[in-house]
Amino acid sequence: MTTMSDPQQGSFRLSMLLNDTRYRSYTFQFIALMLLIALMAFLGINLVRNLAEAGLNISYDFLGVPAGYDINQTLIDYNSQSTNLRAAVVGIINTLLVAFLACLTATILGVIAGVARLSNNWLVSKLMAVYVEIFRNIPVLIWILMIYTLMTAVLPAPNAFRGDNPSSSMLFDAFAFTNRGVYIPAPVWGPGSMIVVATFTLSIIAVFLYRRYAVKLLFETGKLLPLGWPTLAILIVPTLLVFFVMGSPIGLDYPALRGFNFQGGLQIGAPLIALWLALSVYTGAFIAENVRAGIQAISKGQTEAAASLGLRPKRVMNLVVLPQALRVIIPPLISQYLNITKNSSLAIAVGYADITATLGGITLNQTGRAIECVLLLMLFYLTISLSISAIMNVYNNNVSLKER
Amino acid sequence: MSDTHAQTVTFVRDTMLPQAAPPSTAQGPVKWMRDSLFSSIPYTILTIAALYAIFVLLSGFLPWLLGGVWTTSNIRECREVLDGARGGCFSVLAERWNQLLFGIAYPQDGYWRPTLAFILLFVAVSPVLFAAVPRKLLIVTLLYPFVAFWLIWGGSLLVPLAALISLCVGYLVYSKLVKTSFAAGLAAGVATAVFIWFIAGFITPGLSGVLALEEVASRNMGGFMLNMILGVICVSLSLPLGILLALGRQSSLPIIKLICVVFIEFIRGVPLITLLFVANVVLAYFLPPGTNFDLILRVIIMITMFASAYIAEVIRGGLAALPRGQYEGAESLGLDYAQSMRLIILPQALKISIPGIVNVAVGLFKDTTLVSIISMFDLVGMIRGPILASTDWNGVYWELWGFAAALFFVVCYGISQYSQWLERQLQTDHR
Repeated sequence: MTTMSDPQQGSFRLSMLLNDTRYRSYTFQFIALMLLIALMAFLGINLVRNLAEAGLNISYDFLGVPAGYDINQTLIDYNSQSTNLRAAVVGIINTLLVAFLACLTATILGVIAGVARLSNNWLVSKLMAVYVEIFRNIPVLIWILMIYTLMTAVLPAPNAFRGDNPSSSMLFDAFAFTNRGVYIPAPVWGPGSMIVVATFTLSIIAVFLYRRYAVKLLFETGKLLPLGWPTLAILIVPTLLVFFVMGSPIGLDYPALRGFNFQGGLQIGAPLIALWLALSVYTGAFIAENVRAGIQAISKGQTEAAASLGLRPKRVMNLVVLPQALRVIIPPLISQYLNITKNSSLAIAVGYADITATLGGITLNQTGRAIECVLLLMLFYLTISLSISAIMNVYNNNVSLKER
Repeated sequence: MSDTHAQTVTFVRDTMLPQAAPPSTAQGPVKWMRDSLFSSIPYTILTIAALYAIFVLLSGFLPWLLGGVWTTSNIRECREVLDGARGGCFSVLAERWNQLLFGIAYPQDGYWRPTLAFILLFVAVSPVLFAAVPRKLLIVTLLYPFVAFWLIWGGSLLVPLAALISLCVGYLVYSKLVKTSFAAGLAAGVATAVFIWFIAGFITPGLSGVLALEEVASRNMGGFMLNMILGVICVSLSLPLGILLALGRQSSLPIIKLICVVFIEFIRGVPLITLLFVANVVLAYFLPPGTNFDLILRVIIMITMFASAYIAEVIRGGLAALPRGQYEGAESLGLDYAQSMRLIILPQALKISIPGIVNVAVGLFKDTTLVSIISMFDLVGMIRGPILASTDWNGVYWELWGFAAALFFVVCYGISQYSQWLERQLQTDHR
């Protein structure tokens, strides 16, 4: 028999760096590290030389300088005298706003389409298949631009609502769809409105407590409390009661046509709507596929076993199919949310002032601080992505099947 | 027993009755409609609502599509011809057809070149995509990058030819030396290729007229051609890069693993548009002063990096899905790392990853429209810029967007259908 070719101790030869598996990995890693350092040094030296040649330096002072441009849709106070930093913060908030809205509607749309695609109704399931295929096979940029065109070129101008015999009219006297954006009633927070909001928050907590109590009762005594109408009652009745006791502190400010434009109410600009709708329908198609795959991943045996235990169809869905399907659905769902956040950077194509359009667009062009702006921009998106992935990892560890 | 009792004769049927047809409500289209359209009241309402939705959509869309005008020279003539009737102004497609496909600046008499490259693309990819196609066509696939480069960018044929020769000689050297040592073979192969390419650099400028097509600068590429160029190049470059990154991320060497993880997570964490900003305004700062290689190349580098990170994650999923026994089996056969990866692990892992890779490829192809934001004139850029801004066609939105959407839909839907077909072909589990 052959003997193991143990190399003699203490006799290290240079060729062992390549031929001995114990040392080869160090050689490769050393080479990789050297290459990386060389690349970094190359880029760094070039950067320093280029900056010196152009008479520039890396500095973040521009963040404190007045931005000098206006942003039409802001959630916090901002004017053209505010600093670039403030403009970037406005952009961050706008990014988060459109991402949040789009996540919400895309989820609703995706769940409906995904479930409807599995429906026994042939026509509905085919219709949903067509929706999914059309929307996910066409670039989201084209959808954004198409819906933006729809908003700005097809909807009537505000003066179409004017006169005795207007060619357009408001929906329920509260909503106006114009080419300058959509006007909706704005809530007016009067004195005492905080109490109403607090009551509503407490009701939500109460609903959770009630549900927990119901489950506990079920497990301990087998008695089943009704869940549907008490939830609704707890949610609505106290809030309404407080609302009227306080004398209706929350009112609505309706938009109305004054002069050439609508005044009052809340104006949602066309860029925001275009971005929001396009991201919703586009990502909704992907979420629909995730939902469908998740439900189909649950084997038929699970449903049948649950039915043979005597569970009613609704309980089969709630207690057996959904908990298992959610484990399959939620990870891709979260990555779709990440995609929405990243795709919201396309706002720059329709002029919605998100972080890419403020910091990476106008600020970059006005100050010429390309490296700093792009670096900050990447840092922002990286922070969001990495924190969401961290949350997702925790979730995955919690729900993953504990196998032997 | 009496033989006259006719009434009590027992009767035993000795032939089967012919099968009766099921009731008319339980067969054929009626049954199908009852089962799948009108099985309950909510479903009936849903069906009627869906029918109404389809009717509304089609009654708006079909007259617009079929009643369209194809032959006018601007939007005002279009409106005159239509005279208030419903119909699209498709003349814009007819008049700006070449611009939509090839961009503004591509030489008019050279349109056959990208067209030929596009047709050859199908010949070149067919042996890769379909196992039934004769293997000899793989030669076309290997030659295609050089031919396509020559056709689209023009210039002397000697330049791509020199690249091809240097690669071939490099490969020959590599295959001679790889028997003794993989590392030595690789190093010698690369060195030879670079050396021959370097030598050729002295020869080709002197012979720039040999077999030359009119040279076209990269900035003159545009239209759907630009989307195709970016899509095809970036997908084919990012696939090998993605495999390397995935292997690096799975590797047991901590430094290499760290580099790959940081690269992948960084790229996946930022939107493509920020990487395009880097290509557009930042990358120049990191290159030696005076270098000025064109925007399309910078964009290709960035999109390739972007796609390779995503492909790496898909392939990592495939690698992780393989049972440990496969790795151990390869080791126990005495294969080294490169052999076990090449012969055992990767063929299986790549097969599992096909749907994911195709998803990334489709996504990447759609993302090539983003270059319009850094003012390159791809299909979307052409429509937004020169065409909609011209006085002739200002206002013809839906025809142009519909055309762009249809082009992308055809390509992306085709690719995804192919991937589903391939998945069925490769299915080896017996279900």
